[in-house]
Amino acid sequence: MATTTPAAYDSKIEGNVIISRLDACINWMRKNSLWPMPMGLACCAIELMATAAARFDIARFGAEVMRFSPRQSDVMIVAGTVTYKMALAVKRIYDQMPEPKWVIAMGACASSGGMYRSYAVLQGIDHLLPVDVYVSGCPPRPEALLEGLMKLQQKILLEKAVSEQKHAKAELEPVA
Amino acid sequence: MTLQEIASKMHDQVKVLNKTDFRGEVTLEVPLDQIVSACRLAKEQFGFNFLTDICSVDNFGEEPRFEIVYELYSFDTKLHLRLKTRVSEDHLEAPSIVPIWPTANWHEREIYDMMGIRFTDHPDLRRILMWEGYPYYPLRKDFPLEGKPSEMPDVAFSNIAPLAGGPFVTSPGPGGTKDHEPRAHPAD
Repeated sequence: MATTTPAAYDSKIEGNVIISRLDACINWMRKNSLWPMPMGLACCAIELMATAAARFDIARFGAEVMRFSPRQSDVMIVAGTVTYKMALAVKRIYDQMPEPKWVIAMGACASSGGMYRSYAVLQGIDHLLPVDVYVSGCPPRPEALLEGLMKLQQKILLEKAVSEQKHAKAELEPVA
Repeated sequence: MTLQEIASKMHDQVKVLNKTDFRGEVTLEVPLDQIVSACRLAKEQFGFNFLTDICSVDNFGEEPRFEIVYELYSFDTKLHLRLKTRVSEDHLEAPSIVPIWPTANWHEREIYDMMGIRFTDHPDLRRILMWEGYPYYPLRKDFPLEGKPSEMPDVAFSNIAPLAGGPFVTSPGPGGTKDHEPRAHPAD
């Protein structure tokens, strides 16, 4: 008597397969290894260092690799007062970062010039760079910066990593 | 030697326009062309071996308009002497004292940067805080705190900072912080 076997089903293989969207996978990888470019310009940099140290431990969010090289970083944390003399240096470093890249404006000065309403201070780094997350405070506590980082992670999850890039490429190519 | 004796001895060798005593501090005002010899005298004869600071004052509306203040100190006698000299707006130049105290280098650069007084024979007279080519001198009395726009492509730029009536404006009353403290640019 012939035995009937069900349609090929191997429980071992099935348990190891996850079906997802490519966008979701790429975004998930990106958001969990955000390497910061620490742009410490004033007292906010002290809080940025505290965020990286053991008590607050930015490593819990995969952002512990503070690279002082723009070539290997994903998110620029502008921490402090941006003077006009420094502004173009900040812009130049941002331009050297590879895509995709994000910017966190940490503290009142980086966000709006803060209390420095004067001839020497750029009134917010968003005059030069596209800022993704503004963190309020003067300076913000490390918890606030971590919250800003988590907001950025949520924002990255909503990005269209693949589909939008394809779309942009199609726009760039001349129509034959 | 007390400070008063030093002051009267300096009076014999350089022309002193004005001598002021205030709470034990002695200030001598000398003409611009004698400031170098006064400084050299103070260092070599009276032992003022430390230049604490050089400042500049903008007496806007007066003539001569600018004033340079030299703060001298002696580590041996622990005395403090202040020298002053006036610079006219029509001839904005002062002799450099870098050969006497090398630390004057950066002080004089800062005065040049902020007030626009040029120091003749300075070894390296560049701006020290603002960038080379910035067209204004920000610490002058007729320069607004919010600044003036300047444009130098690829080098630097500046815009007018929104003061909204003053540098630190906060107004009490109802409403959120948005109404109390004006932002750099309106939220949209």
